[in-house]
Amino acid sequence: MNPQKHIKKIMTITAASLLFSFISITGANTPAEKGFDVAARSDRSDRGFSDSVVQLKMVMRNKAGKQTQRSLLISTLEVPDETLGDRSLIVFDSPADISGTALLSHVKILDPDDQWLYLPGLKRIKRISSVNKSGPFVGSEFAFEDFTALELKKYTYKYLGEKDLNGIMCDMVERYPRYEYSGYTKQVSWIDQQVFQVRKVDFYDRKGDLLKTLILDDYKSYNSGFWRSHTMKMVNHQTGKSTDLLYGDYLFKKGLSKNDFSKSALKRIR
Amino acid sequence: MMVNSKTLFSLLVIIGLMTSLAQAESITLSGYVAIENRFFWNDPSYNGQKSGPQVSVVTEPEVRWKDSGSPHQFILAPFLRVDAMDDERSHLDIREGFWRYNKGSWEVLAGINKVFWGVTESRHLVDIINQTDMLEDVDQEEKLGQPMIMVGHSGDIGELQFFLMPFFRERDYPGSKGRLRAPLAISEQTVYQSGAEERHLDFALRFSQYYGDWDLGAYYFRGTGREPRLVRDPDSNQLTAYYDVIDQAGLDVQYTREAWLWKLEGIIRKGQGDTFAAMVGGFEYTLYQLFESTSDLGLLVEYNWDGRDKIDAPATSFDNDIFIGARFTLNDSQDTTLLIGAITDVENRSTVASIEAERRIGESFVLKVQARSFMNIDLADPLWSAKNDDFLNINLQYHF
Repeated sequence: MNPQKHIKKIMTITAASLLFSFISITGANTPAEKGFDVAARSDRSDRGFSDSVVQLKMVMRNKAGKQTQRSLLISTLEVPDETLGDRSLIVFDSPADISGTALLSHVKILDPDDQWLYLPGLKRIKRISSVNKSGPFVGSEFAFEDFTALELKKYTYKYLGEKDLNGIMCDMVERYPRYEYSGYTKQVSWIDQQVFQVRKVDFYDRKGDLLKTLILDDYKSYNSGFWRSHTMKMVNHQTGKSTDLLYGDYLFKKGLSKNDFSKSALKRIR
Repeated sequence: MMVNSKTLFSLLVIIGLMTSLAQAESITLSGYVAIENRFFWNDPSYNGQKSGPQVSVVTEPEVRWKDSGSPHQFILAPFLRVDAMDDERSHLDIREGFWRYNKGSWEVLAGINKVFWGVTESRHLVDIINQTDMLEDVDQEEKLGQPMIMVGHSGDIGELQFFLMPFFRERDYPGSKGRLRAPLAISEQTVYQSGAEERHLDFALRFSQYYGDWDLGAYYFRGTGREPRLVRDPDSNQLTAYYDVIDQAGLDVQYTREAWLWKLEGIIRKGQGDTFAAMVGGFEYTLYQLFESTSDLGLLVEYNWDGRDKIDAPATSFDNDIFIGARFTLNDSQDTTLLIGAITDVENRSTVASIEAERRIGESFVLKVQARSFMNIDLADPLWSAKNDDFLNINLQYHF
């Protein structure tokens, strides 16, 4: 990275956090600023989680309602610097034939992520292209970017107003991907005003049509403050297919380090 | 080895694994059992060869032990094939059976393991730790377990691994009834350059790291070369496998940029005639979500070149060859994939074409269909003996 650009980025971020600390959200002037502030408050409510590990079940349904399932383990390492992305490791447990297959992502903000796939049968580590953001993640209705593009600065924002969602007062914020190869023109997110978590997201495709809706439910707080949804339902309005993610209990602060999310660690995951 | 004793042994192994599984939570058992049928539609080239159907049963169970938080880990993964047509193709191998200690940035491994190095698809040129299991396939992707002690360290500057390999694994070949074999029988008598024979202490040192879009690996190996020279013995009219001691330096590089993967592997080898170099390089370009579907189409082109001596080095068919392939990935819930490819010798036009398709059925079954065709094979090409061995292989696996 260009050092000057880096310094400028750090200054912008410092300025943004100062702004955040001293001025209340209602003090933000433009809808873009207010949208960013609402999203930032939500994102930063999660600061300091260090690392997490969670087992989850993925239930995929086609239009006729036929179900297939996968189970996987997701480990995440927090990288506190907002100019860098987190690191994540997804290890498949079932179906049995892909057990031990793993995907390691070093998420970047605007540059393409670094991703490696591990194939346990051949013991082969493959660096893979990460431009396939909008492709389906293992046959589900979730796209790769729905997992990896959760970083605050991957988007620009616009505040739309507040609205009630099933009895929960939410701020509605539109977000626009800044990174390349996104399959979305915009996403409309609903963030509750009490604990600042995302409750619902509408995804709009490249033509600007409504593509998918994600409902995030069963929020639980861990270590007094880290909120996690345990049921996520994604419905594709254009195909009639849907995918549910059913999460088990999260484990936090297991003391995972960069070493556990390195390319060479892939060989040791099972 | 007799099939019956192998079968009995494997059953004992499996029963043993299952029993231990029932006793401890930190032990997991997985793997598959498969039934396979191989058909050869051309008349065989050599006396005694059969056309099939060549029915096999294959199993590869794997038992793993690791306590959460413990730096120690044990893995045992035997492999067994019982082949009804060719006794020599029936074989048992320990693919993996090791103890591993991992703490912080250090790793120590002792036992039998498989190690893969490389980036290209048409040839696994730099991959040298394990002997190729030629009884399984001709694509060099199936490997025999290699006894070793490995010490590794990974840090910010990269990963460094040191391998000591005290025991050499010989290459096995199909029997006289089998297809995809040499014209003559391979003698039981193996000749080693080293006086220590299969107990020559081999070693390898490898460094690997990535720098942004570049993934890089480099190594040095000294030991018994995995590829034998097959030399005709005029007295017995059999082929004798000669294993030379070699020095080999290897490099593998991949540059990943947008939808392009640029790949290069190269080696320099000393010890088999004149010192020579070999390389394979090319690209894989993927068209994601082809025609607005959820499928991807990968296009592969690789060029192979090998400068080895025609007499003093083991024969290779990758001396001057172009590989062109296409990989379809449906990205469906059944993980359907299809790979079509052909490798052609630029000079003599000898071509091997292949199709590999794979799809999960239900939750636990996987169907794999593979076909290979040897076309226009030149008399001077090492593939000559396989010229009539086009085959179709159907493999149904049950995973547990």
